[in-house]
Amino acid sequence: MPPELVATVALQGILTGLVYGLMALGLSVIFGVVRVVNFAHGEMMTIASYAAIVAFGAWNIDPLLSMVPIAMLLFALGYVMQSVLINPFINRPEHSQFILLAAVAIVMVNGLLMIFGPDARNVLVDYSLDSIEIGPLLVDKVRVITAGMAILITAALFAFFRLSHTGKAIRACADNHLGALVIGLNVKHLYALTFGIGSAIVGAAGAMMTLLIDTTPNIGPVFTLQAFVIVIVGGLGSMPGALLGGVLIGLSEAMSGLFFAPSAKTMFGVAILILVLLFRPQGLLGRRP
Amino acid sequence: MTRKLTRRQFAAGTAASAALLAGSAPFNIVRAQGAKLKIGSIHPRSGFQAQLGIACQRGIDIAPRVLKMMGMGADIEIMSADTESNVDVARSRAEKLINDGANVLIGAFDSGQSAAIAQVAEQKGVPYIINVAAAPQITEQGYKFVFRNFPTAPMLVGDGLNLMKGVFEKSGITPKTAVFMHVNDTFGQAMAGAIKAMAPRFNLPFQIVETIAYDPQAKDLSVEIAKAKATGAEMLMPVTRLNDAILMVREMVKQRWEPKIVMSPGAPGFYENQFYKTLGKFSNYLLTNVPWYNPRSPITQKLLDEFTKSYKGELFELNVGFSFEAVMIAVDSFTRAKSTGGKELADAIRQTRIENHVMAGGVLQFNEKGQNVNVKSVTLQNLDQRPKVVLPLDISEDNLTLPMPGWSKR
Repeated sequence: MPPELVATVALQGILTGLVYGLMALGLSVIFGVVRVVNFAHGEMMTIASYAAIVAFGAWNIDPLLSMVPIAMLLFALGYVMQSVLINPFINRPEHSQFILLAAVAIVMVNGLLMIFGPDARNVLVDYSLDSIEIGPLLVDKVRVITAGMAILITAALFAFFRLSHTGKAIRACADNHLGALVIGLNVKHLYALTFGIGSAIVGAAGAMMTLLIDTTPNIGPVFTLQAFVIVIVGGLGSMPGALLGGVLIGLSEAMSGLFFAPSAKTMFGVAILILVLLFRPQGLLGRRP
Repeated sequence: MTRKLTRRQFAAGTAASAALLAGSAPFNIVRAQGAKLKIGSIHPRSGFQAQLGIACQRGIDIAPRVLKMMGMGADIEIMSADTESNVDVARSRAEKLINDGANVLIGAFDSGQSAAIAQVAEQKGVPYIINVAAAPQITEQGYKFVFRNFPTAPMLVGDGLNLMKGVFEKSGITPKTAVFMHVNDTFGQAMAGAIKAMAPRFNLPFQIVETIAYDPQAKDLSVEIAKAKATGAEMLMPVTRLNDAILMVREMVKQRWEPKIVMSPGAPGFYENQFYKTLGKFSNYLLTNVPWYNPRSPITQKLLDEFTKSYKGELFELNVGFSFEAVMIAVDSFTRAKSTGGKELADAIRQTRIENHVMAGGVLQFNEKGQNVNVKSVTLQNLDQRPKVVLPLDISEDNLTLPMPGWSKR
């Protein structure tokens, strides 16, 4: 097999994996603080994708620009969802939380089906079909841009949690819920803020995803599952873990497609998940409970 | 000699006649000459096959108007049901249509759903005309009430491979190597199996250097195209659905892979409206060998006019044509049978012989298994962002353009 083919496929896999990682990051952030697994994660991303498609169709706005207002919109959606819907379930058994969010996911999918129909939609910008030559390698321009944006957003989020007062307060809630209450932090507000931030990240990822893949209402559950695989591999609650998990899954899919059968790509991603669950159940960068 | 009818005899005769009429009334009401033919149209109009099911339904919906214009007007009622792209739902909807009085069923685009409906129709003794579905086994079960106007998968592949030779001959370009890429679902595997089994018999001039099966849910085909490109093959032979066909061409453009010929041996994707809308100029010059409407048939022109009036901006394609023809077969049989009875209608369908119709091929007629034996594929080439017949020459709409111009030269 020509080495430039292997290098090209590996690079494409890493770039795609970084965007997968960004998508999963929101799930990881929410679980890391609120301790609720968002089973409507992929569906929220699909809502963001449709928002980007509408913005492009109606006003010709590039998804790389529309992702800012879309992220804000998703922030608001996440904040309201946490405050109104999820907060009463915080202390209830996990299966109640699961049913609630699974129901929200079904409502979202069917709502999108009613509004947009089942047809696949996409965004074709001027540079959608461009490639960049790096020596003998030919790399998809859109993947390079979206992977770069994924790294930037992750770095910004990391800085927010490390450097800002609000970020530190959110981390305090995650580390010691009772302690946060004792020192007078408004935990409910911080939970809602965290859910909003997680949703904003998924909003940005959803807008960018329209440049990479076609969107249908039914793609939400597929992404929810993929986000789970990524965060469990990387470590649930770990931000760098989500990116690492994304890269690993992206790379494994690409290489298994190249060396084995392309139709077995998903199988290899799940095989990594099984190995991680067996030998490092907390995930590659997760902390032991 | 004349006999006088007594009052007593008249009363007895009247009573006997009334009793006879009463006894046979249900049959007479349902099956009398001039009765209404109830056609149950059953298609996936929601779920992942919705687009294609809706296209089929359009062909059914405009059929009564067009048939009336052609002088084939009959008293018919269309009853429609949605399979939701689900085999179990298809079965229960077929039962409901029959219980609600459907005299004949038409559907169902998908082989799995069609097979389920066929079982119900056979059990209830109601004729079922399959408009679109290729799995060969449906008409190999010995069913008496099941008929198919669409070719089987081996017929599709056989026609497709034959037409390939025609394309090479006409263009003067004969590729020596090819990559075969197919979606890894029931349809893709059936096509792959048929090609593998039948290709040696057709003595094709090229060697298949790589076969690549991909996930039907694939969101990205970059690896698959990189692998195909690395073979240096001169032809790509894809078996796709719609979304993966879009992904495939998009990735070919990105990776600047420009084989001389891209020709589907008989699969959807390249000739669909969404494909043209999404890919624009990059949709051009791709070839598909597929059963298609005969653009030179006067009936096609009538149907096309009516379709364009009724569904502005929508593409008139094979699903519409085959669905219209299914209604045409039902009405033609009903007119000859002069009955809505299941057996009478099935017998009449078996005797069908329609010379002038919509789809390409010979006289529309069924063999003893209920399969239309004369339906033929054509070679379509995407030109000016729409599918045009380029082969066979006697019904062609445009000239074959090969080799494909490079992506950057469009």
